[in-house]
Amino acid sequence: MPTWVQVVYLLCAVGFILALKGLSGPRTARSGNLIGAAAAVVACVLPFVYVDRLEHVPLMLGAVAVGTVGGVLGARRVQMTQMPQMVALFNGVGGGAAALVALLELRHMTDAVGGGELPGFDLAATAFTIFVGSVSFAGSLVTFAKLQELMTSRPVTFPGLPALFALLLVGAIALSVVTVTDAALAWAVVLCVVGLVFGVLLVLPVGGADVPIVISLLNAFTGLTVAAGGYVLGNTVLLVGGTLVGSAGTFLTLLMARAMGRSVANIMFGALKGGSTLGGGVASDRPVRSAGPDDVGIVLAYASRVIIVPGYGLAVAQAQHTLRELVDLLLKRGIKVDYAIHPVAGRMPGHMNVLLAEAQVPYEQLIEMDDINGEFKHTDVVLVVGANDVVNPAAKTTPGAPIYGMPILNADEAHQIVFMKRSMRPGFAGIENELLFDPKTTLLFGDAKDSLAKLLKAVESL
Amino acid sequence: MTEGVVWLTIFVLSVFVGIEVISKVSSTLHTPLMSGANAIHGIILLGAILVTGTTESTFALIVGLVAIVLATVNMVGGFVVTDRMLQMFTRRKPARSPADTDGGAR
Repeated sequence: MPTWVQVVYLLCAVGFILALKGLSGPRTARSGNLIGAAAAVVACVLPFVYVDRLEHVPLMLGAVAVGTVGGVLGARRVQMTQMPQMVALFNGVGGGAAALVALLELRHMTDAVGGGELPGFDLAATAFTIFVGSVSFAGSLVTFAKLQELMTSRPVTFPGLPALFALLLVGAIALSVVTVTDAALAWAVVLCVVGLVFGVLLVLPVGGADVPIVISLLNAFTGLTVAAGGYVLGNTVLLVGGTLVGSAGTFLTLLMARAMGRSVANIMFGALKGGSTLGGGVASDRPVRSAGPDDVGIVLAYASRVIIVPGYGLAVAQAQHTLRELVDLLLKRGIKVDYAIHPVAGRMPGHMNVLLAEAQVPYEQLIEMDDINGEFKHTDVVLVVGANDVVNPAAKTTPGAPIYGMPILNADEAHQIVFMKRSMRPGFAGIENELLFDPKTTLLFGDAKDSLAKLLKAVESL
Repeated sequence: MTEGVVWLTIFVLSVFVGIEVISKVSSTLHTPLMSGANAIHGIILLGAILVTGTTESTFALIVGLVAIVLATVNMVGGFVVTDRMLQMFTRRKPARSPADTDGGAR
């Protein structure tokens, strides 16, 4: 490899560092992402320039074109509400690609030496990439299926799962050892299959609300496989890029878990211990107080302080724009209105900010949990739109509930609470919400967009 | 220093850099950051090109091309979807400091 190529690779690696740095601040995020994209493109063009006798160039360019079309279409068409599963899918295919590259590299190595001695550490890194890449691929596809609701989003467990888990892990280690000592492709393929099964079993016991944490963790896994691949190929940009994603991704996973007040271990394996007795996921038939849009409109119009708690249901109903109109109207009447943003509102930390930004809600009106929690006591009306778990007092009062320990918005301290709900079905975590039965609470049933439009009319006519 | 140790050094330093550069991220940006990091590991495309471009067997070529398609989807799709998310933040003027929120919880 010529020196200039190595220098350009180094620059690309620096580009990735700057990209992550940029992405962690709101003002620099977009340029950071572009720097990362530029570095990635430059790094991928390089082999076409410097590698002598690079073969199959037209075919490879064709494959890149196919992938580009697929990636751009997927990324452009996906609705903002479905973004978490899109990220999962992109992560999965990346892990799959890393595993395939490692399989090919193993073949190369065995061919090149022709039965001679192979460097053990290279083989170990290859085995690692094959296994973890497969885990990431299969695991990401299951997270995709859970979030897309192609399958139940509830934790799936069965007796003997922990034992099967341990068995597969031991099997994977044994197969890795065989791959290292024997360097046989057949064993590596079996290792790949074991990885796929392991990936599925790893994600099945995780409940829907926790899936984003798993995506983040698998993201870090894929990063590490890319790093191992970079070591085997002797390529610095793969090594640095992959390691950065591995470590930053792991750290980000911990940050996210902390925002939910949970430990990563509890999220991954909590269901295996058979922890929760709650979360039957059935609608309750206890009495609640409900009202029509006109009554709720009056309550809102004559309040002096209103806090909106938006949730995923708002985004599903595509009602962000109508909500913004309602808030604008209330502001015009001189009412102080803010949005209370729970760190995990939506499906992923920070997801709600993206969804509301899409509806052009001014940044200043989005108040984060810690800053607004003290204000609920002085609030006349809290309007909960399509949220549930983030205001569920069970997080404070019911040890053993799946969300116990998660910090929540103190909506229960307000003078009056209005829940906009489609039905009495529990939230994503599948736990009944005591707040719905609170005497201060009024329910407004119906599709969020429809109800908001009616509310808007009701307030306008006052 | 042997070559293995050089690689180990790069690895260990990268681990610390990776943690350090994102340690101050606000919870608002968790989703785009995850997505951006996801796009960065699409760089496995480079590995796929290097491996596929030097193979002679037809079977390996097919596997390699599949890897290239998958890696490109990861890389291109990842950066595009991240940009789409971030577009929505650009119009705003952050009034408050975005820091200090990652611990959002406790």
